[in-house]
Amino acid sequence: MIVLSKEKLPIQREQDVVLFRNRIKELATKIGMSLVNQTKLITAASELVRNMLRYGGGGITYLEVVSKSSIPGVRLTFADEGPGIADVTLAMKDGYSTGKSLGLGLPGAKRLVNEFDIKSEPGKGTTVIIIRWKNGL
Amino acid sequence: MNKDTATYLKGKRKQILEKWMDNQVKDAALRDDLMSVAELQQQSEEFLTALLNAFGTPEAENTDSAGYETLIDILNEISISRARQGFSPRETNMYILSLKQVLGQQLEQNPALDPSKLSREILSINNIMDSLGMTTMETYIKGREEVILRQSNEMSEISTPVIRVWDGILALPIIGTLDSARTQVVMEALLEEIVATSSRIAILDISGVPTVDSLVAQHLIKTVSAARLMGAECIISGIRAEIAQTIVHLGIDLTNIYTKASLASALKMAFSMLNIQVTRGAKQNLGF
Repeated sequence: MIVLSKEKLPIQREQDVVLFRNRIKELATKIGMSLVNQTKLITAASELVRNMLRYGGGGITYLEVVSKSSIPGVRLTFADEGPGIADVTLAMKDGYSTGKSLGLGLPGAKRLVNEFDIKSEPGKGTTVIIIRWKNGL
Repeated sequence: MNKDTATYLKGKRKQILEKWMDNQVKDAALRDDLMSVAELQQQSEEFLTALLNAFGTPEAENTDSAGYETLIDILNEISISRARQGFSPRETNMYILSLKQVLGQQLEQNPALDPSKLSREILSINNIMDSLGMTTMETYIKGREEVILRQSNEMSEISTPVIRVWDGILALPIIGTLDSARTQVVMEALLEEIVATSSRIAILDISGVPTVDSLVAQHLIKTVSAARLMGAECIISGIRAEIAQTIVHLGIDLTNIYTKASLASALKMAFSMLNIQVTRGAKQNLGF
């Protein structure tokens, strides 16, 4: 996998979310992603970035354009230094939430992207990496 | 700063003010469309008096000291009002910077200062004026931020109109991101209007919402439940193809809520729920 471009965007306030989503849309449009794929990627990113704000107290995101066997895609990294997730398996279950939300953020985001990786250590923070390929496969 | 310098400058107040005003009026950045020269003169005089007084205090080089309090107050007032009046950062800062130049020139004419003393005094005046310039900028930006905040508040209010499309049918076009604060505004506006018009159906149109994630969906569901408690049924319209697919993958359950792709089909549904029939009658001359 080759990284074609990389940028960093800190997320501290709810207003940053809109800027972040617009930036993803620009990248996805640039590599020629279809509208449905774009919407799925942006929605997944929106879920994760909201989690980061709500539970992690904000953090840093990396937006990358990557390429694997000449198929481009967008890779997003969400890193926070919040309290972490005690039980990741439980957090990935539909309908589980420690807040008062629908509990669909993490599992839903996973279903909306092609590759999903979550690492969390209680007390140290959470890092989520997602990739959506241009062809959506 | 030397006490004698402060006294000297105080004695030359009139000349300094004259030159400073001259500089400001000559400068291309003067905005006499935003502020009259007479007003500027008065403002500058007030400012200079406070500055020269502050120079005479024991802690003249520390702009955080008590001697500068009045001066900083005046400066803040000037910056804030300039930010609101639409001055550019350059025009705002020019005010302080042009005075710095005049003070330096005035000191050069002081016969009591030898070159080494002169450079020391000018340096200390420069430091003070730079620090004041920084304060100006900070306050200016604060003023601008206030303007932005006010605008975003206004936007969230004006962008949630509740429209009465038919007797008993309300429509609410939602445009932009639906965060917690917006939802609150939307919900309040809708519920109030339901009471005021005793409407039975409300159409929430989300064509203008760019991203529907689980938080937005949750807010929508809450709004629908609240409307139901008041005896009104909601129809969510404007669900685009890509949003429909995304909602399914996210796993959001909207089966209990009436949803339609377009506002037109939602209106049609509302008509049939209220047993209203719209028929095409014989052609009439309506005068247009």
